[in-house]
Amino acid sequence: MSMPFYVSPEQAMRDKADYARKGIARGRSCVALQYAGGILMVAPNPSSALHKISEIYDRIAFAAVGRYNEYENLRKAGVTYADITGYQFARHDVTARGIANWYAQTLGTIFTESNKPFEVEIVVAEVGEQPSGDQIYRITFDGSVTDEPGFVAFGGQADQVSAQLKERYSDGMSLAEAFGAALSALSVPGNGDSKEVVASQLEVAILDRARDHRTFRRIRTARLDELIGESRALTAPAGTAPAGTAPAGTAPSGSNAPADSGPPTGPGPSNSDRGSGLGDGTPPNPA
Amino acid sequence: MGSYYDGQQSGPFAGGDGDPFSAGRAAGSAGLTGRPPGFMGLQSSSFADFLGSHSPGLLPSRTVPGLGTDGGSGQAIRDLPHATTIVAAVCEHGVVMAGDRRATLGSMIAKRDVEKVFRSDEFSAMGYAGTGSVGIEFVRLFQVELEHYEKMEGRSLSLEGKANRLAWMVRGNLGAAMQGLVVVPLFVGYDEEADRGRIFSYDVAGGPYEEHRFYSIGSGSLFARGALKKLYVDDMPAGDAALACVQALYDAADDDSATGGPDMTRRIFPVIATVTADGFRKLSEAESEDYAQQVVQGRMAAPDGPTAPLRNGQPPSGGHA
Repeated sequence: MSMPFYVSPEQAMRDKADYARKGIARGRSCVALQYAGGILMVAPNPSSALHKISEIYDRIAFAAVGRYNEYENLRKAGVTYADITGYQFARHDVTARGIANWYAQTLGTIFTESNKPFEVEIVVAEVGEQPSGDQIYRITFDGSVTDEPGFVAFGGQADQVSAQLKERYSDGMSLAEAFGAALSALSVPGNGDSKEVVASQLEVAILDRARDHRTFRRIRTARLDELIGESRALTAPAGTAPAGTAPAGTAPSGSNAPADSGPPTGPGPSNSDRGSGLGDGTPPNPA
Repeated sequence: MGSYYDGQQSGPFAGGDGDPFSAGRAAGSAGLTGRPPGFMGLQSSSFADFLGSHSPGLLPSRTVPGLGTDGGSGQAIRDLPHATTIVAAVCEHGVVMAGDRRATLGSMIAKRDVEKVFRSDEFSAMGYAGTGSVGIEFVRLFQVELEHYEKMEGRSLSLEGKANRLAWMVRGNLGAAMQGLVVVPLFVGYDEEADRGRIFSYDVAGGPYEEHRFYSIGSGSLFARGALKKLYVDDMPAGDAALACVQALYDAADDDSATGGPDMTRRIFPVIATVTADGFRKLSEAESEDYAQQVVQGRMAAPDGPTAPLRNGQPPSGGHA
């Protein structure tokens, strides 16, 4: 009969945490950020059916990265928690804080008691009547919960994405500005290998402060294309206007064409963002 | 980092010692083999099913032990406020539902301004007649049921699916109905596939029975249905259908003491809702008032309301009476 090896609790926890982190790091990061009219959530997701972002309740949304079956299970549990709380009491008694706490306890229990931790990271966001009432919580695989005012990036490359998002984020942005910031953050080097921002690769949803009852709304197809266009138009003039000459008309697409000479971060917002950072005197690519 | 949870405390829904799933947790097998903590293993697309397994006490459909076995409690049930008449009519690309505002307590008026027509989800509405308190619980549960399914499955139930679901809930109330807590809903919705409104009625044992063109339930329903029969025209515009419904409610109030007419002095008017391709819309107070004013003004000249043509082929007489 073989004796089981002694594994110290510290080692066991560290192994579990490493395992969970590795699992999460395989996927691309997502962002959630406040804008003037509510909360915007953007996730790179090639599937239009297997959602990373979902509605939990009237004013509360859920976003997750990691293993689909695990966060889908958590999402459904969150919906159930919200619905039974709202049914038992009143609809406005369902809060993001309550749901975040429930997730934290659940994930914490799973992390400590189960052999295999959940490889997920979750964000729960609630839109308030006023921007000051907005709340964003991030819950990690071990049940730690953090309150993230304004914006949050989560997932494998959260640090790089978050740093870029911090640069672009400001209070009271319009939806198009916030979307531009989210796109530029998601296309930082290291967060996946996709150079191209295309609508079919994105999952976008908002919690719309102005809406009654259920505020969650997905932005897809035509509206998403429109939003991508708007966010580019907002940032493009700063980078392309200084060219001022005949080729300027083709500058927005022209700057994308020589992909090998451009920055490796994808088109549109991130390009022109860097363009404006270089100063007025340097047109992007006169050739 | 903010606050840190060590995960040792059980969640609010983790269940007590009697929880059959807690054994699996204690064995440390939550994530893989045993049930995960709390209700993670109990999820269902049906909120009512979940409620039945998780906290059956919260379901409205439950009988009260010992109730109805003596005369005293039977009287208590009869003394609960009852909601009365609801009418519905299919209109062009949609459906209209309207309800009076009266709740009665035996022969007394319990309340003048109750609302009995509700949004059940984006493309459907329901009204109820019967015991008010049970009806309110029904509406709440049904609303959550539809929304819960939509969030869990990422799609809405079909209109027939919703109607069947409501039938199941009504059926579940049969025991309580036998004790006197009767509630009967009327369900209408916009069928997106067929691009038309549909009406479903129920009895205490369930249903659904699909109704064509128009229908009404409640104490004044016979009078309302008789009125609608003479006023209803196929493919009416939503506005005309709403007016016909208010006329029908007026006729119901005319002959049924439990149905309330438009209260001009207190400015309490019928609740009117439309469900079309644009979704559910409850008409504003001002719009309802406008319909009620039209009806009341018309009745000043003709107390029995518009008359239908005696012989087929004539245009409806409402316009030239």
